[in-house]
Amino acid sequence: MKIQVDYFARLRELRGLSSETCITEAPTVGDLYEELNRAHGFGMDREHLRAAVNDDFSSWNRSLCEGDRVVFIPPVAGG
Amino acid sequence: MFRLQAVPIDCAALNRELAAPGAGALVSFEGRVRNSNEGRSVDRLEYEAYPGLAEREMKRILAEAGERFPLLGLACVHRTGALEIGDVAVWVGALSGHRGEAFEACQFVIDELKHRVPIWKKEHYTDGDAEWVNCARCAEHAGHRHPSTK
Repeated sequence: MKIQVDYFARLRELRGLSSETCITEAPTVGDLYEELNRAHGFGMDREHLRAAVNDDFSSWNRSLCEGDRVVFIPPVAGG
Repeated sequence: MFRLQAVPIDCAALNRELAAPGAGALVSFEGRVRNSNEGRSVDRLEYEAYPGLAEREMKRILAEAGERFPLLGLACVHRTGALEIGDVAVWVGALSGHRGEAFEACQFVIDELKHRVPIWKKEHYTDGDAEWVNCARCAEHAGHRHPSTK
């Protein structure tokens, strides 16, 4: 299945990309993060991140659907 | 009202626009870029936002503030891009009949924004180093210190 992953801030720099289309069999959002973390060595544990799917916060165990747009959110620092 | 913008925030204009005949109090907050953080000397900052979710989450925060406090107006603007020392990074304005609820609402919005809204800040230090605020520690905990961005 094809999933769009967008990267921001620290993760964007570590990945060297703002966005990519991933072909994956990962069943959940959390599984997709683990897969990408293994491939690219982000060095950030899931416990420090939040996940978003289609522009809203998501649980890590949400099932992925074809065409989903996923963002992994590093610790925020607005203001 | 919430918006992200890449150009300087005109606080005076925002304060003027937030008006209502029944309003006896406007409390506004300007978050400005400081020249130091946690003992390090800061040269400049960079803000990056995830626009789709930042706007959605800020709308929720403003709605929550509207439920908690009797307000006549509430607005917030946050900068993105490169900022220099003294620049305004965020502005919050709360308008109400009396000052108490305006102070409380203003504080509520900026506190929630800092914890919940997907906006990130990269500090560039005067020694040439740079770091995403709140991110370095979690990488250290994971045991993979990232390569220096020098």
